Amino acid sequence: MGGKLFRNFSFLSATLSFFILVGIFAVLFTYAQDAMHTFGLDFLFNEQWEPGEDDEGGIFGGYIPIVGTLLSTVIAMVIAVPIAMGIAIFLTEIASVKVAKPVSISIELLAAIPSIIYGMWGLFYFAPIVQKTVGGNGVGLLTAGIVLAIMIIPFMAAITRDSMNTTPPVLKESAYAMGATKFDVIKDVVMPYSKGGIIGSVILALGRALGETMAVAFLIGSVMHLPKHITDPTTSIPVLLANNFAEAEDLELSSMYYLALILFVVSFVVISLAKFYFFGRKQR
Amino acid sequence: MNRLLLNKVILVLSTLSALIGIGFLFWILATLSYKGVTSIHWSTFTKDLVEGGIRNLLVGQFTMALIATVIAVPLGMMAGIYLREYGHGSKLASIIRNLSDVMMSAPSIVIGVFVFALLVDPVGTYNGWAGAVALAIMMIPIIISTTDNMLALVPQELREAGIALGGSKHKIILQVVIKAAKVGITTGILLSFARIIGETAPLLFTSANNQFFTMDLSGQFPSLTVSIYNLATYPDEASRNLAWAASFILTMIVLLINLFGRFVIRNKK
Amino acid sequence: MAKEKAAKELVMNVKDFSFTYAGAPKPSLKKINLPVEKHKITAMIGPSGCGKSTLLRAMNRIHDLYPGNRYEGEINLYKEDGSIENILHLRKENDFIKLRQEVGMIFQKPTPFPMSIFDNVAYGLRLSGIKNKSELEGRVEKALKGAAIWDETKDRLKESALGMSGGQQQRLCIARAVALKPRVLLFDEPTSALDPISTSAIEELIAELKEEVSVVIVTHNMQQASRLSDYTAFMYLGDLIEYDKTEKIFLNPSNKLTEDYITGRFG
Repeated sequence: MGGKLFRNFSFLSATLSFFILVGIFAVLFTYAQDAMHTFGLDFLFNEQWEPGEDDEGGIFGGYIPIVGTLLSTVIAMVIAVPIAMGIAIFLTEIASVKVAKPVSISIELLAAIPSIIYGMWGLFYFAPIVQKTVGGNGVGLLTAGIVLAIMIIPFMAAITRDSMNTTPPVLKESAYAMGATKFDVIKDVVMPYSKGGIIGSVILALGRALGETMAVAFLIGSVMHLPKHITDPTTSIPVLLANNFAEAEDLELSSMYYLALILFVVSFVVISLAKFYFFGRKQR
Repeated sequence: MNRLLLNKVILVLSTLSALIGIGFLFWILATLSYKGVTSIHWSTFTKDLVEGGIRNLLVGQFTMALIATVIAVPLGMMAGIYLREYGHGSKLASIIRNLSDVMMSAPSIVIGVFVFALLVDPVGTYNGWAGAVALAIMMIPIIISTTDNMLALVPQELREAGIALGGSKHKIILQVVIKAAKVGITTGILLSFARIIGETAPLLFTSANNQFFTMDLSGQFPSLTVSIYNLATYPDEASRNLAWAASFILTMIVLLINLFGRFVIRNKK
Repeated sequence: MAKEKAAKELVMNVKDFSFTYAGAPKPSLKKINLPVEKHKITAMIGPSGCGKSTLLRAMNRIHDLYPGNRYEGEINLYKEDGSIENILHLRKENDFIKLRQEVGMIFQKPTPFPMSIFDNVAYGLRLSGIKNKSELEGRVEKALKGAAIWDETKDRLKESALGMSGGQQQRLCIARAVALKPRVLLFDEPTSALDPISTSAIEELIAELKEEVSVVIVTHNMQQASRLSDYTAFMYLGDLIEYDKTEKIFLNPSNKLTEDYITGRFG
């Protein structure tokens, strides 16, 4: 009797994640109905975000936050991917155990620091540097992208390191035994062998960058403005939600739900893609 | 020889990347420590936000995180047990495992929006319960995956030996398998606690914030992280310093739990 | 032994060689002396932990992938031009690369790289700078024929090497090493992960290879050593106990320890 109860309870718990995911989609979809009916798919390409008189009606388009999200993510990925790969290569192929261990721990600790800390540090210490060296007024797309990169690098590096570590040493030795250099071994043996895990880590980091709120909220400038220059301030979906969701009403609120739905669906697709790549390796 | 030069260049670049990574960690920790330590006073811990301290914020943040843990740990562990011990190998288990992993990476702000629609909008007021539930939703998939992975490390022979002695399946899971995976699961719980205690986005419009000390979870509830976000953007020096103090304390809490968790893994393995 | 000296032509010669692993208090190999004759098969036998693989892995400096190991003594390589080089003096990466292309290695488990059959065999050739397509194709075909695996692979050169059977993979790895035209091939228990049929195919192949290269093989299968090799070295606890012609070692060993091991009293 107890066994059956236990089993059923564990089964129900397991299905919970399914119901939560479906629940999130259903709730966002329902609350976004107003905006979806009013603006349709044009929402994606409309730059306007103008509440009507007395909060009645208004015209809302998600183009600016969508572009801001994509651009800050692209900047972050362009910076983060090579550096994270470099760190992973250093940890698995270059450093001796004595060096690799403390560096590894530092990287993991860096990944554990809450994103709001990155945001705050970025605002007070990094934005002034960007302002001095590149121009602009400190906060904007570029600063947000760079700090976002700093935030996802440790995460990406840690997963990439783990998948590179799955390469059997004897496989590497046999390449060295044919006269390969370290880089030859990395390029021809380690990378192909851990390809799935590496691509997966990049996509997971991409998903994280797309949905990141706090690190970006301090730094992107939070203005409904289409950036003309890389240092221009703009906004992103999570940042718009963080700052304006609480005050929004009616159609504007519904438009916010619409944006949340878009972000959720995109992340879902991106992360599922990463899972798909992980598949071959992670199945036990 | 070209190949050798390329090799050198790549090795140097990789080492540089690692230096950059470490450099940022120390840069961030150094500024944080400097700003934090110089801004912390005894009164920071004894006074509430309304008087320029963070006592109520710490209590509030921990209360919500603990409630979230109490909700997430049993549910997550039971789900992990199902995936590994009952459903292992089945199509359903593999679908749920993947969905749970997807949920682990869902944007935290979206979870905030979801819980707002579910627990704030109908009630008409921000409340601490909503904050705790949002954190629990973030935590559940992490616990599921930890439990699942740690149970996978328990040798099959242990289960078979238990069955051979005439134990029933659920008793063996509870009395043998979970015990064998105890250290790993505990570590996972610690690390996921460290992860949610530093979350801001899911709390912004669920618990929101409260300047005063309260344990009433049915109303606006004090949050350390939400306060940092607010304080940091105020123009006055005192608010900013308090934000630094709070950030420093939060980071220390998170890093200490992490180090402790890793220490536990290493010594028990 | 002394009277044969004039007839012997060496390709490698290990002299008073000692080896200590990083952080180990005591050396794993103590004052080893072992000649490697040209176009002969030299087998190293002994119980696990005796140091036979350690010695083999010193002969192409593969140990150097892991820092902190200590070498003493000499391992001389007799070059084609008649000069003699102590490989323990090598320091530069480029010299290691040249050494490893001259002294190839086959591992215990097959180690196909995650690429096609063709690319596996062409890998070392490309590393050594050969880019010409027809030359690559010619040498890959020759190597695969040399490793007696051409008939099985000629129609699927573009397929992944990971889809082959264990025995085929090991022959592919031999082809990959042979393609570089090494002067010495080091085999580290090459058949211990294979079934009996694949094992005999590999053994046949190694016997044929000695026309082209000199072979050193580590094995803990004594029948394999007696079937294959011309010379046998018996090692025990980091010492080289006895080295002689294979018949002598197996029929009339001079050392009591060797005899006990050969007759199966320990090990």
